Amino acid sequence: MSSLTAGPPAAGSQIPMRTLRLAGIGVMLAVLIAYPLVITDALYAEFGVLTLLFVAWAVAWNMFSGYSGYISLGHAVFFGTGAYAVGLLTEHLHLTGSQIFWLLPLGGVAGAVVAVPFGLIALRVRRHTFVVITIAVFFIFQLMAYNFSFTGGNSGLSTPAFFWSPATYNNPFYYAALILAVGTVVLSWLVRGSRFGLQLLAIRDDEDRARGLGVRAMRVKLSAFVISAAITGVVGALWWFLIGQALPNTVFNPAFDLSIALMAFLGGFGTLAGPILGGLILEPLQQYVTITFTNGYLGEILLGALFLLVILFLPRGIIPTARERLTAWRAWRERRGPQAAPIGAAGADRAAAAGPVVTGPETGTRSTPSAGSPR
Amino acid sequence: MTALLSTEGVAKAFGGVHALTDCTLEVQEGSIAGLIGPNGSGKTTLFNVVTGYERVDSGHVYLGGREITNAPPDKVFAAGIGRTFQLTRVFPRLTVMENMIVAAQHKERGRGWGGMHMPLARAGGPATRRRATELLEFTTIAKYAGALADTLSYGQRKLLEMAYVLMAEPAIVLLDEPAGGVNPTLITLIADRIRQLNSQGTTFLIVEHNMDFVMGLCDQVTVLDYGTAVVTGPPDVIRSDHRVLDAYLGTAEEDDDIPAA
Repeated sequence: MSSLTAGPPAAGSQIPMRTLRLAGIGVMLAVLIAYPLVITDALYAEFGVLTLLFVAWAVAWNMFSGYSGYISLGHAVFFGTGAYAVGLLTEHLHLTGSQIFWLLPLGGVAGAVVAVPFGLIALRVRRHTFVVITIAVFFIFQLMAYNFSFTGGNSGLSTPAFFWSPATYNNPFYYAALILAVGTVVLSWLVRGSRFGLQLLAIRDDEDRARGLGVRAMRVKLSAFVISAAITGVVGALWWFLIGQALPNTVFNPAFDLSIALMAFLGGFGTLAGPILGGLILEPLQQYVTITFTNGYLGEILLGALFLLVILFLPRGIIPTARERLTAWRAWRERRGPQAAPIGAAGADRAAAAGPVVTGPETGTRSTPSAGSPR
Repeated sequence: MTALLSTEGVAKAFGGVHALTDCTLEVQEGSIAGLIGPNGSGKTTLFNVVTGYERVDSGHVYLGGREITNAPPDKVFAAGIGRTFQLTRVFPRLTVMENMIVAAQHKERGRGWGGMHMPLARAGGPATRRRATELLEFTTIAKYAGALADTLSYGQRKLLEMAYVLMAEPAIVLLDEPAGGVNPTLITLIADRIRQLNSQGTTFLIVEHNMDFVMGLCDQVTVLDYGTAVVTGPPDVIRSDHRVLDAYLGTAEEDDDIPAA
């Protein structure tokens, strides 16, 4: 292969790749910050808030489920708990107007508090059993919301009215959601490269082996579960402020559990960017379907069908699949590339490293020698 | 010589099957001990009990005089017992280097400012990576450091498993069939590395069916039959002991690994 190896595109394109990525992130942030200033239509502004909330949720879910391999279909428990906790406090303290925004972190505390016993029970079992337990706990919480007197039963809890100008009504929600989403992504990125993240990935690959190498599995899993739950609790609380009402079947909503998992699977389960991409695609799509078709169930049928399609044809998600295609395409181009390429040390090195997929020197970034991992 | 690892009357049953019954054995500090016995005689169960993957029904396990009976696997590893698995187990979707760093958890835990817990610190400090590279060089797989463990051959995985177990500088390493399913050249390499480590002070307990490997390497061999240690002695004594022949001939007639007495 060495005689056919093309000139090293790696050295030439690696640095611009990094700059390109940073520029991409910058542009995306600028677009997100400018969105509510440009899109003043109330409906689309609300779409923006919802999309950011679900991106934050999907990234938080992936930080636990994607990294550890424990698929939770009970995260709406934390969403609902966050919403109800903040709702009950608002009611009891007779808070009004924008001061209730200060209660947002309490939604996270509530989610985390619930996650500790939930995790201690559910994380003792693995795989399918874990999934079933998370679903069971979810329904217990939904039933409690229906039946306890303090939760308001069927009528739920309403937010106090905000007397803000209709033109900019959604902006406080939007920027709160943006901060939450960006913060969650940054945290997910930090976790992925950290010792903590590596332990989670080791648990995903082989939990028993990891335990035998000194990984305190329960502690690591539970920490990830609680962090993920706390963020989900804040998302739930913010959602309640935005929608104005928490009902047992709208905050403890089983469709949420599926949407979140679908977002992560569509984009790329266990990757950093996967759930961001999945959320950016799916949430607007869901909102579009909801306003386009008057039949409310059609949206859910489409969601289910999409889930099936993803599992059948894109089981690893868009990002890992795209990365693989890109690598294959580069290899193909290299094979039929210019024959006159200099056969230098770089080519020889690459030939020596051929065979296994070689990854970047940094923990967590994974790519072939020439592919700057598109994350 | 003192016993580094010892079990005392360990019993373990799975339902009605008694995998271990009153199993007592000692591994001397600084030795290479072998553990042989027919299939189903309880060798792997003994490993599982010692390393905390299974709880004992009764009996005790000691490491260097300290009782470690029923300690969880991570504590056993931190206490100084490293262990490999019969069917090698590496983390397939992590790189070889990341596999090594996983095994450095309790060393890395104290890293950072004043030994504070810094879970979000980047995985693998310079000292850890240096040590990992040394061990990968020692096991001849350093050139795959950046490769996914998934892409390694079976033999290379065995080497990786051995390398990462050594990350914590264990006092004793339990190897479950290190020569199983690997080619003769690699068997020689593995035996050589075990000898080198042993000369630097690491104790070994090895389960293996390859008799040449066991007899050539071990100072002391224990024979397990029906979950009990029936005899312990130097290789040449074991080779001619009638109880050993009984144990092997009684249960596995087609086993051609039986040493000619």
